[in-house]
Amino acid sequence: MKVNFGAIVDYIPYLLGGILVTLEIAIAAALLGSLLALVFSLLSRKKGILQAAIKVFIDFFRGTPLLFQLAFFHYGIPQITGIIPTPYISALVIFSLNSSAYLAEILRAGIESIDKGQIEAAHALGVKSWDISFSIIIPQALRNVLPAIMNEFITLVKETSVVSMISLTDIMRRQQIVSAATYRFFEPLLVIGVIYLVMNIVLSNIGKILERKLKYD
Amino acid sequence: MIKLENVSKKFHDTVVLKNVNIEFEHEKTYAIIGSSGAGKSTLLRCINLLEKPSTGKVIVDGIDLLKDKTQLNPVREKIGMVFQNFNLFAHMNAKKNVMFALIKVKKMSQSEAEAEAIKQLTNVGLAHRLENYPHQLSGGEKQRVAIARALAMHPKAILFDEPTSALDPEMTQEVLKVIKALNHTGMTNIIVTHEIKFAQEVADIIIFMNNAEILEVTNTKEFFKNPKTDRAKEFLSNMI
Repeated sequence: MKVNFGAIVDYIPYLLGGILVTLEIAIAAALLGSLLALVFSLLSRKKGILQAAIKVFIDFFRGTPLLFQLAFFHYGIPQITGIIPTPYISALVIFSLNSSAYLAEILRAGIESIDKGQIEAAHALGVKSWDISFSIIIPQALRNVLPAIMNEFITLVKETSVVSMISLTDIMRRQQIVSAATYRFFEPLLVIGVIYLVMNIVLSNIGKILERKLKYD
Repeated sequence: MIKLENVSKKFHDTVVLKNVNIEFEHEKTYAIIGSSGAGKSTLLRCINLLEKPSTGKVIVDGIDLLKDKTQLNPVREKIGMVFQNFNLFAHMNAKKNVMFALIKVKKMSQSEAEAEAIKQLTNVGLAHRLENYPHQLSGGEKQRVAIARALAMHPKAILFDEPTSALDPEMTQEVLKVIKALNHTGMTNIIVTHEIKFAQEVADIIIFMNNAEILEVTNTKEFFKNPKTDRAKEFLSNMI
């Protein structure tokens, strides 16, 4: 069989349509995950039950495969609860929680990298803890770990491809559908490979621009 | 205005302050001297509770700080602090470093805070450094920004924690000059220092510490002429 893009050309808009589905999940999960991660990393600065609970949560999401987490949430838990979530909800929940676990660890490292003297200086000026967190610690921590965060976002975009398992019609799922209809694999796979690549190159350039914006030294 | 009563501090099993009693009066300059590890910095840091005493009382303007936690930030607002390692906010330029607490704590408007920052930085000779970030400044300049940051709050007292220990001799002089100019300008200055000559020059009262205890609280002239304790005599003779 020869390579023939003519055979799938009609399907290319359909494949491209998957970008919206993929981006929707990736962006929503990145936002929700970042928010959760921020809460986790701030809460776990103080020792206690909360810190221990957050650690268990992070260990679970970092210690099991994403595919398992998705299957467990979408197929496993409904057996007990009787409530079957839509594929979109399952994907959103699992990707948000999963990325929050990774991002929380990245942020924690960033927070720990801030020199304690600056925090003391702010306390000595009578600045409230809340203002210290949001005006002194987080801006510097974010700047220090921005490359790692962008890395996590790129991973997130790529990993959304597993949602095809729970029949969400993302880019990957659409390739499977096109392949089934046309008996062609090389061409649609190549197309979606390029789609993923372009998306992530754009993302990593956004990261570089942000890095430059936040630079102060 | 500042009173420490029976203050002790332990880190695990090490006693770093042993039953310290002292009162700092308004508008006087105090120098805390003594060899390394004597507990000088810990004593200073207990005043604004950067270090929490294990036992004892810290009373500022009649407020028992360990009892009334809600008063801690209002009291800290009135007591400036200058650190050995400057501790400037690395992501803010000199002007923003000074403006930060004015906006967050004193609730000044952006323009009021900016005017105050420019005034204070000009006073310490840094009018040409307003937009520079800490990493672009020399050690002496960083410390002068830190002093301007403390002064902008118009504190009643300033704590100096070895303000020149991280500086070379030339920069030390430029910073000491600034500190000296603050003498008897309406604030209580409490200076932990290894610069004995400087202490002699500016302080009204010398607090001599040894081994986690205050050995002497003596008028400066008297202390250098005729120290009461043998340990202080020994310390001074090692200085020459």
